[in-house]
Amino acid sequence: MFSRAYKAAVTLPPLVWVTMFLLMPYLLMFCYSFWSVSASQTIVHSWNLDNYGQLLRVDVYWQTLLRSMWIAARVTVFSLVLGYPLAYFLSFYAGKKKDLLYQLVIIPLWVSYLVRAYAWKTILGSDGVLNTLLQYMHLTKHPLEFLLYSPFAVVLTLTHIYTPFAFLPIYAALEHIPRNLVEASHDLGATPGQTFWKVILPLSIPGVVAGATFAFVLSLGDFLAPLLLGGPSGIMISNIVVSLFGAAYNWPLGAAISFCMLLLVVTLLVFSERLEKKWSFS
Amino acid sequence: MTTSEIAVNMTSGSDRGGRAPLLSIRSVAKHFGKNVVLRDISLDVAEGEFLTILGESGSGKTTLLRIIAGFETASAGEVWMGEERLDRQPPYRRRVNTVFQHYALFPHLTVEQNVAYGLRVAKRPEMEIASRVSEALEKVKMSAHAKSKPSKISGGQQQRIALARALVNRPRLLLLDEPLSALDANLRRQMQVELKSLQREVGISFIFVTHDQEEAMVMSDRIALLRSGELEQVATPREIYGRPATAYAAQFIGHTNLLKGEVRGGIVRCGVLTWAAELPDGPVLFSLRPENVRLAAGNSASAGSVRVRGRVRHQAFHGATELIRVECGDGLVLVVRTPGSGGALNDVELEFSAADAVLVRESPERI
Repeated sequence: MFSRAYKAAVTLPPLVWVTMFLLMPYLLMFCYSFWSVSASQTIVHSWNLDNYGQLLRVDVYWQTLLRSMWIAARVTVFSLVLGYPLAYFLSFYAGKKKDLLYQLVIIPLWVSYLVRAYAWKTILGSDGVLNTLLQYMHLTKHPLEFLLYSPFAVVLTLTHIYTPFAFLPIYAALEHIPRNLVEASHDLGATPGQTFWKVILPLSIPGVVAGATFAFVLSLGDFLAPLLLGGPSGIMISNIVVSLFGAAYNWPLGAAISFCMLLLVVTLLVFSERLEKKWSFS
Repeated sequence: MTTSEIAVNMTSGSDRGGRAPLLSIRSVAKHFGKNVVLRDISLDVAEGEFLTILGESGSGKTTLLRIIAGFETASAGEVWMGEERLDRQPPYRRRVNTVFQHYALFPHLTVEQNVAYGLRVAKRPEMEIASRVSEALEKVKMSAHAKSKPSKISGGQQQRIALARALVNRPRLLLLDEPLSALDANLRRQMQVELKSLQREVGISFIFVTHDQEEAMVMSDRIALLRSGELEQVATPREIYGRPATAYAAQFIGHTNLLKGEVRGGIVRCGVLTWAAELPDGPVLFSLRPENVRLAAGNSASAGSVRVRGRVRHQAFHGATELIRVECGDGLVLVVRTPGSGGALNDVELEFSAADAVLVRESPERI
């Protein structure tokens, strides 16, 4: 139907793009992860597994990676706990206000990430809004120090930022559920609660999986929130990668960590896609 | 027949031997904003009855069904089931089950789990669920597909599962919302027969919604004809066909000739047709079924019959019968259904019995 020339013209630009900006950098990163840095701060192009060995040997690397996963896991759970009821309410009970509320959920996505992270800094700091309020109400005598520069602050901020990402696919999945299935369930004697557990929740699982994947993957790789709000106890693996590529000038080690993360994320995506397929019925 | 007799006729089917009705719809109305969908509907359904709500799309038939099921609330009026006020109950407390137009089977559950759904949520013992589900599947001849997912079976099979899923709960009343409309013609005819015999077997009252008058005629004990949100006539298929109350009922169910005329001094005059009738003076409208008009034979008209000459305008051969359009002069065209006439006709003389011309009310345009 289409000529060969046409097909080539259409496929070539994206192919070039993917090669130049995706495959090449990844390949380069993969190569770097086997090289090393000499004492005179030059990259030595000799192939070995030292960087990966270091990753396992040096506590701070794998511990930070584990902590990052733990933070991401908490962010995922909180995003789902906030995002699901919101999506459920919007999809089933908001009626005519649906579109307006939907926009309100989406609007924060248009606000710069930095602005939102700084906003939390203002809220959580020693002289911040929250501490001032607590002391004003005589609930605390001194500013609560754990609020800012802690994993708590990171989890809170990332939850705030990534809840809309969890919300969106859940909302889409709920909107796709034919309403006559809900009616059929009620018709067969199921209360609204039973209908939720037996029909609505199972049919929205693909959305939940997609939302969880978004929240986990995005917060796992986050480095701004820990940088601004995490303090020493709240640093995440990306902060280490950033410093390895920057001040520390150890690109090979940074590449090795990056490659491990890439592997982790790809595994996760494959796994979540399988899960979504298994639970999709349309 | 006088208008008061017609009024009696309209309700005659509803009080079956004086038994209390199973379902009683009392002055139900429904409007969405300014849009009136149902107006003052009163209708009783007897125990074990197969009642069809027949109407064109937009007549409000599905809305009425949804009010009975509980998916819509009536703007006015009440729905009673025996001594129990139904319209204040949420759908999951009503002993009413629905077969949905597009079946609405749960896609994540197997056929068996779909059928078991109502019993599971009612927390029946697993032993009982298993035996009732397999019995229900057997009844609709679907035991072989118990473990399939709904997406893996055909439309007709999904239809049977939807039926089994509703009936397994032993509802007092089953609502069916155009359940056969998605099936092809042959399967539909087969399902009509099966559904009717299944209904006799289980003895549950059915309210069946359709726009297909033939389907309504074949299956129903009674037909409630709905037009623009109002009941036009409620009667048995034979009654509604033989004695339509309104011009709309006569035209919607089967073919008819509508004869507009006037009565003066006991003589009906419809264009070139005249006959004697004991009716008060004034304008009248008659329905005359094409099969009640014959090609006249012999010379003299028999007593009580009307004869008219005309010219054949069109002949359509239908196999067992033939439809002939005859122009009788003065703008009067009669459609006649005869057994095969044997060939092309030209000038004919028609004859019908005056008793077959049924007095009907006009059906005014409704917005």
